[in-house]
Amino acid sequence: MAIEKSVKETYYESIIKQGYSRRDFMKFATYIAAYMGLETSMIGQVAKSLENTYRIPVIWEHYQECTCCSESFIRSDHPIVSDIILDKISLDYTLTLMAASGHQAEAAKQATMEKYKGEYILCVEGSVPLGDDGNYCCIAGRSAKDLLVEAAEGAKAIIAWGSCASNGCVQAAYPNPTEATPIHKIIKNKPIIRVPGCPPIGEVMAGIIVHMITFGRLPELDGLGRPKAFYSKRVHDSCYRRPYYDAGLFAETFDDQNAKEGYCLYKVGCRGPMTYNSCGTIKWNNGVSYPIQSGHGCIGCSEEDFWDNGPFYKRLTGLAGFGIESTADTIGKVAAGVVAGGLAVHAVAANISKRKELRSRTTRGKQNEKKLDS
Amino acid sequence: METRKFRRVYVWELPVRVFHWINAFSITILAITGFIIADPPAIMSNAEASDSYWFGTVRFIHFATAYVFFFNMILRVYWSFVGNKFSSWRAFWPFSKKMWRNFLHVIKVDVFLANEKKPDIRDISIGHNSVAAFSYAILFVLALVQVFTGFGLYSATSSWWLPNLFSWVVPFLGGDFIVRTIHHTSTWLFILFTLIHVYLVFYHDWLEGRGEVSSMFGGYKFVCDERLKKIEEEEEIEEPVDEEELETLE
Repeated sequence: MAIEKSVKETYYESIIKQGYSRRDFMKFATYIAAYMGLETSMIGQVAKSLENTYRIPVIWEHYQECTCCSESFIRSDHPIVSDIILDKISLDYTLTLMAASGHQAEAAKQATMEKYKGEYILCVEGSVPLGDDGNYCCIAGRSAKDLLVEAAEGAKAIIAWGSCASNGCVQAAYPNPTEATPIHKIIKNKPIIRVPGCPPIGEVMAGIIVHMITFGRLPELDGLGRPKAFYSKRVHDSCYRRPYYDAGLFAETFDDQNAKEGYCLYKVGCRGPMTYNSCGTIKWNNGVSYPIQSGHGCIGCSEEDFWDNGPFYKRLTGLAGFGIESTADTIGKVAAGVVAGGLAVHAVAANISKRKELRSRTTRGKQNEKKLDS
Repeated sequence: METRKFRRVYVWELPVRVFHWINAFSITILAITGFIIADPPAIMSNAEASDSYWFGTVRFIHFATAYVFFFNMILRVYWSFVGNKFSSWRAFWPFSKKMWRNFLHVIKVDVFLANEKKPDIRDISIGHNSVAAFSYAILFVLALVQVFTGFGLYSATSSWWLPNLFSWVVPFLGGDFIVRTIHHTSTWLFILFTLIHVYLVFYHDWLEGRGEVSSMFGGYKFVCDERLKKIEEEEEIEEPVDEEELETLE
């Protein structure tokens, strides 16, 4: 497949060739511009870029992961996203979706890496185990770390899909037996876009790819390397249940009347207030719903170490080193009790130890009292 | 027992006292609203969300008080450069030789309650004793932790440049989870500090009788006459107060 795609064609040409109409194409341009948070006046630029830009080759690597990122992507709302942009046009190598397998597949990847050196985008799904010489994840007889370093060498940019590649996700949770490591801790000399989420929203993934095609550069990133267009707000800030939060109306348990009324899930452990993502606005499965809308708190899947910041159904997070169920408040109350007890003991001891001093002062004070004039 | 004469000495200047009480007040408000925000009380209500905003109000009070706390702290830092020697920043770092001696003395006499055979009057501090001063230095660091984590969490919802100066804190520490945990845990350290601080103020007032408690209201402490330089013009300083004969002066 990939080898046959040597004839250069633009995105637009490919889209039309696949049987979509000009109208479909324009609808796609409008749709993706809206998701990218662009003004309507920019739609023309998106369309123009797709008409004039030759496809960017993409190598999509799978390491320690569950393929939920790919699943999310191919279920993206608009067919052009999955059908055209990646699957049929740009994706030169992906274990899951490509027709070729074995030596053929590896040959396709090598061909792309040589032919498009410095031009292709490397998408990484999954973390890289560094423990035991990387033997926990091997593809075609080579360790994930080996493959990543090789593929990153000629990449124009790297996209770290999902929490695995961005943060390590569940396999990096304590005690992290395989030493699962996110991409940015291994590759230091390439621009890396981190797209956390377990999985990230399909439209977010498409939006990032289209942004790179349209503008020829990385989208604006925040301090953690995440695209600002999608990760600058907390889920909480765009949550439709936010008015209940401000009104102080909370579900106490999942089966109480408040939960049925659709009150805020803050007290049953919703991580919305600590999680940066677009779930509240873009939502999932063609905009049908997202966890909070379905009555379950956000578990913070796009935040670092969210597996270790449990339990999911409690507001406070456990403190490391104090047992998993201890919360800061329990420790605080115990500490305050110990301190108060210690101070009481100290007060008694002070009065005993310093009794002579105190007695002489009291005596003098009483003598003075007797000498009072009036 | 020898008779001691005491003089009133102005120790805590007005800005220091004002700082102290604004600080105490804002820490109290911040801790109370902070705990409400962390674990809001259960309210079963039929009210529409649009009719009610109490949780938003609690959060507003928390954020507004945070600004008061912060600017109050800034002013105190300024005052530590222009105020008297008891309020100077130098008083809070106990590792000069003299202050280190006092540090050990306080640990021995006030923490472990040892009695000295020959108490030296100069061991009684006029301003902060070295241990107390050091605890305030730690409290200051703790306050900085609260400022950085607090404004860090707040910055995403603010468009003002001041909180946004701290927007790097959350990515630096790795996310809201850990920042919030630090912010919450530090509050408990403030509470522990307050317990010990209030106890020790009472302790010193009770054992030394120099106006430890009232000094933070009026600014004066009673200091032994023999610790003052002898000045000929007696008019310039207040009349000595004899501990035993206080009443005769009235």
